[in-house]
Amino acid sequence: MNRLMLATGPTLEEHVKPYGPLPPTDGRAKDQPGRLIDEIEKSGLRGRGGGWFPTHVKFRAVVDSSAGRSRISRTRRPVLIANGMEGEPASSKDAVLLAASPHLILDGMEAAATTIGATEAFLAIHRGSPVIEGVQRALAERPSGPVAITLVTPPARYVASEESALSNWVGEGRALPVHPDRPFQRGAAGRPTLVQNVETLAHLALIARHGGEWFASVGDPAAPGTTLVSVGGAVATPGVIEVPTGTPVRELLERAGGATAPVLGVLTGGYGGSWMSADAALAANWDPSSLQAGGGTIGASILWAVGGDVCPLQEMDAVVEWMAGESAGQCGPCMFGLPSLSDDLHAVAVAPADDLALKRLDTRLGLVAGRGGCKHPDGVARFVATGLETFSEETALHAEGSCSSASTTPLLLPVPSARDHFADPDGRDFR
Amino acid sequence: MSSSDDRALVLNPILCDGRGLCQEAAPDLIELDEWGYPLMRGGGLRIRLSRDDEQQARAAVQSCPKLALHMER
Repeated sequence: MNRLMLATGPTLEEHVKPYGPLPPTDGRAKDQPGRLIDEIEKSGLRGRGGGWFPTHVKFRAVVDSSAGRSRISRTRRPVLIANGMEGEPASSKDAVLLAASPHLILDGMEAAATTIGATEAFLAIHRGSPVIEGVQRALAERPSGPVAITLVTPPARYVASEESALSNWVGEGRALPVHPDRPFQRGAAGRPTLVQNVETLAHLALIARHGGEWFASVGDPAAPGTTLVSVGGAVATPGVIEVPTGTPVRELLERAGGATAPVLGVLTGGYGGSWMSADAALAANWDPSSLQAGGGTIGASILWAVGGDVCPLQEMDAVVEWMAGESAGQCGPCMFGLPSLSDDLHAVAVAPADDLALKRLDTRLGLVAGRGGCKHPDGVARFVATGLETFSEETALHAEGSCSSASTTPLLLPVPSARDHFADPDGRDFR
Repeated sequence: MSSSDDRALVLNPILCDGRGLCQEAAPDLIELDEWGYPLMRGGGLRIRLSRDDEQQARAAVQSCPKLALHMER
């Protein structure tokens, strides 16, 4: 099913041809959001960035804060940030969408900003992304609308795409998570800030055209619509596909050309997500509740199959080492806990496994979750805990001093090498 | 035991530097982990307080040189 990428090319003309122009959106009336909010609520749209939080609730919360109705905010004009950072290395859906349908995302930004009464909007794409040029072209050819849209390019760091870090970047030029204020209360430059994933905004552009009922006519009723999925790993044709939510995982793998080797396990949601056994995954559907019931998580809609001549523990080891280095270094349990987890996991991944390290992992996994200013340590702990459970046979093998894989196998899960600095070298002046 | 409803001791982990003084001030509420950072009773970033806990909680708040602890409600 294709809703999001109907345009034959990235230009405005090619965009308007299948979709038609964006209908005018009602502005915010005093301290109530514009009328599109009713369609968003009817649509049941949930955020596609990873949290799958009900979109209409977030819209209302931002308008409430901006009207001075929240405990900590006085009246301030809200800000919109479209999150196209795609911090998860195994995800490519946002880049694919930004390249194929930039105008659908920009339409969604216009509709969202108008609905909450924002006059400034920012589209965030990580520094060095190959899609930046195309987005600049799209911005240049659009007639000026009611909302000024600025492209910003924060550092390509994992936690920089977390919404408080992104607000912090836009406001202060520091891509570090903030605690305890949430962006909807006090975000960019202290203003109530609505952060929405770019795919969510593209869906919103369609809801503005066709209404909430149309949107909810496909997919799982609890999280309706279509969703982009990044499918990778041991499949014949890895890539991004669009399916109604609730599509069987089995079908997703078939759409990606089928598994190229017996599947040992699948990673769902990303590096902050959960591993599932092949059996559990094949029994699940691609929607938040079905995946959760099977021990997985939909997260940023990543499905990665591990199979063939690889050692899943070595794969995990490389990812966790990278994730530990992606800590913002603000909270002790993350700054010190993640490297400790990484060391322990390494001692288990290299056969013969260190017995004590496996026991230490057990304790330390319980020491990092829930103790940070953001959920980065929680994600890493979940990745490790579910992985050890899924690959318990491999762990046992390592304990006996052997490994199911030839040691020369290259790693499959992507791990970026270059690391940007969290702070903006040029300084910022947005207030 | 008498409870004081929703009173809580709350930690801001970004401000916390792991000085460890809070643990000395409130040994019944806070342990230190292997890296020297406070482990709040019951886990997470917030301890729900009974009336008997309040004195230690207040001492913990006052002991922190980074102002990383505060009382709520």
